[in-house]
Amino acid sequence: MAKRGFDIRKLRGFSGIAMTCFVMLYMPIVLLVVYSFNAGTSVAIWEGFSWRWYVSAWDNEMVQEATVRSLIIALSAAAIATTAAVLAALATTRNRKFRGQTAIFALIHQPLMVPEIVTAVALLIFFATIKVATGYTGLMYLIIAHSAFCIPFAYLPIRARLQGMDLSLEQAAADLYATPFQVFRRVTLPQLWPGILAGAMLAFVISLDDVVITEFVKSAGQDTLPTYMLGQLRRVVTPEINAISTVLLMISVLMVIAYTLLSRTKK
Amino acid sequence: MTKAITAQSLRKVYPGNPPVEALASIDVEIQDNEFFTLLGPSGCGKTTLLRLIAGFEHPTSGKLDMFGESLLDAPPYKRPINTVFQNYALFPHMTVAENIAFGLQMLGTPKASVNATVGEMMELVQMSHLADRQTGQISGGQQQRVALARALAPRPKILLLDEPLSALDFKLRKQMQLELKRLQTETGITFIFVTHDQEEALTMSDRIAVMSNGAIRQIGRPREIYDRPADRFVADFIGDTNFLPAEVISNSGEVTRLRLSSGQEVDAHARDGAQGKVTLALRPEHAELTDDGAGLLAGTLREVVYFGTDTHFHVTLDDGSDFVLRRQNSPADGNDFATGDRVGLTFPAGAAQVLRD
Repeated sequence: MAKRGFDIRKLRGFSGIAMTCFVMLYMPIVLLVVYSFNAGTSVAIWEGFSWRWYVSAWDNEMVQEATVRSLIIALSAAAIATTAAVLAALATTRNRKFRGQTAIFALIHQPLMVPEIVTAVALLIFFATIKVATGYTGLMYLIIAHSAFCIPFAYLPIRARLQGMDLSLEQAAADLYATPFQVFRRVTLPQLWPGILAGAMLAFVISLDDVVITEFVKSAGQDTLPTYMLGQLRRVVTPEINAISTVLLMISVLMVIAYTLLSRTKK
Repeated sequence: MTKAITAQSLRKVYPGNPPVEALASIDVEIQDNEFFTLLGPSGCGKTTLLRLIAGFEHPTSGKLDMFGESLLDAPPYKRPINTVFQNYALFPHMTVAENIAFGLQMLGTPKASVNATVGEMMELVQMSHLADRQTGQISGGQQQRVALARALAPRPKILLLDEPLSALDFKLRKQMQLELKRLQTETGITFIFVTHDQEEALTMSDRIAVMSNGAIRQIGRPREIYDRPADRFVADFIGDTNFLPAEVISNSGEVTRLRLSSGQEVDAHARDGAQGKVTLALRPEHAELTDDGAGLLAGTLREVVYFGTDTHFHVTLDDGSDFVLRRQNSPADGNDFATGDRVGLTFPAGAAQVLRD
């Protein structure tokens, strides 16, 4: 092996800075997880190990309702966003370049660029008008809002997968008498699955985690898990919050691991 | 004879800045049951022509007929034409048998008949024992056979082969060349074969179209292409060739009388209306060494290279140009010529070919 001229790992202080960053990032989370097992009522004074706050959270009706609501919204939003993302990804990778394609990319990625608070305020005002006009105050507003901002997260892995796929496979299928729909059904889709699952999971986690837009769009009594937690923090803080956070963290970590495994292309 | 494919003034320009003219204006007729080869260097347009026939690309202008009917409005899945892709393009999520069955399934063939044909095809390409393997678990040569079986299974009227042997090693390639030729004869399907390998083209084809820069330079049987190249490009691309300057003295039918740079006169195979200064093509194995002064041309022997089956003699002619001569070795051969000797060169009347400018 030839000598490398520059290796960042050999820079003085590199390991120190790296360690500091990791500690800053993960220490608070580690503490949060540790205190979720606290036997006492404090989130800062350790009084021994206990599962009590997990039991308490499990038995809390408000938490139960918020969890169910969060899951309904996240699953619906992930499904809708992923469907839209598949269609968008097909249109932007399997068509000849069309006029305004760059504009379409910008529009699809818009939720990543525009400050969330702006989208939140815009949706608040927009949905308020509709609520007044129709009188409907159900979960649909949250589902629509979440679907919208989840699209780019679902779109990115799906598009990456489509671009990495061998175009000659689809041509071979067409050559062997498969109609465009059959090509999609029998050749494109089976290979796209990992990308679709990855996109759906990413969208699910993003939706599950959202506070800002949810806080603005939800009607009274429509707390999701994150907004419920935010509400609780304004009152008495018990390790119950830690327990709920830890469970959410576990779900996210599992999703991220699954996402990484799925988006790895087989070689 | 029926014509499987007829192309008239077929042109393909890829948009861009500047636009790329992949096919200039192609006129070609491919007969039914023919093993037809498109031969040329990379970028000559041979693959583009194949893709136009398959339907993956649309011509910019021109006509393209199959058995007398226009192909231009038919999408690829409505053309009874199958392709063996250069990278094989086997479906990675299907087994060998599923790959071969795909075309028939898409045509809506009843299941029993699909299974029968798939079995037959796997036998034909000697892959029966690997039917349930995933395509990633078989070797390159085996993938090649699966790709071939998959394309043949729906019994297409025309089979397109896009450099299918280029990824195989030498021995396997030789074997597959013979096998492809046998399959073509057995099935009676028109094969259109794309390659940049002139030897492959000469061995397998009924007819060859030599292409360069988006145009067809010559169409003919392998022997015609080799012995009677139409122009300098074809002569140079197919095999080794010596180019000799000459001047036309007279033209009479098949034969042209020429004067060589040495002043000697010789008869060559004619090219219509050749006049004035022309270029002659002469294959290295068609010339013979003679003693100095006895040949049509004279020069100095520069190098003798022994190749086992034959020996190459590099001669610098008196007009300064280089000439290569090839002689088959036999046990009786002695060292009759040595480097530095003055030698003569001769070749029979008709061996040389007058090239088109």
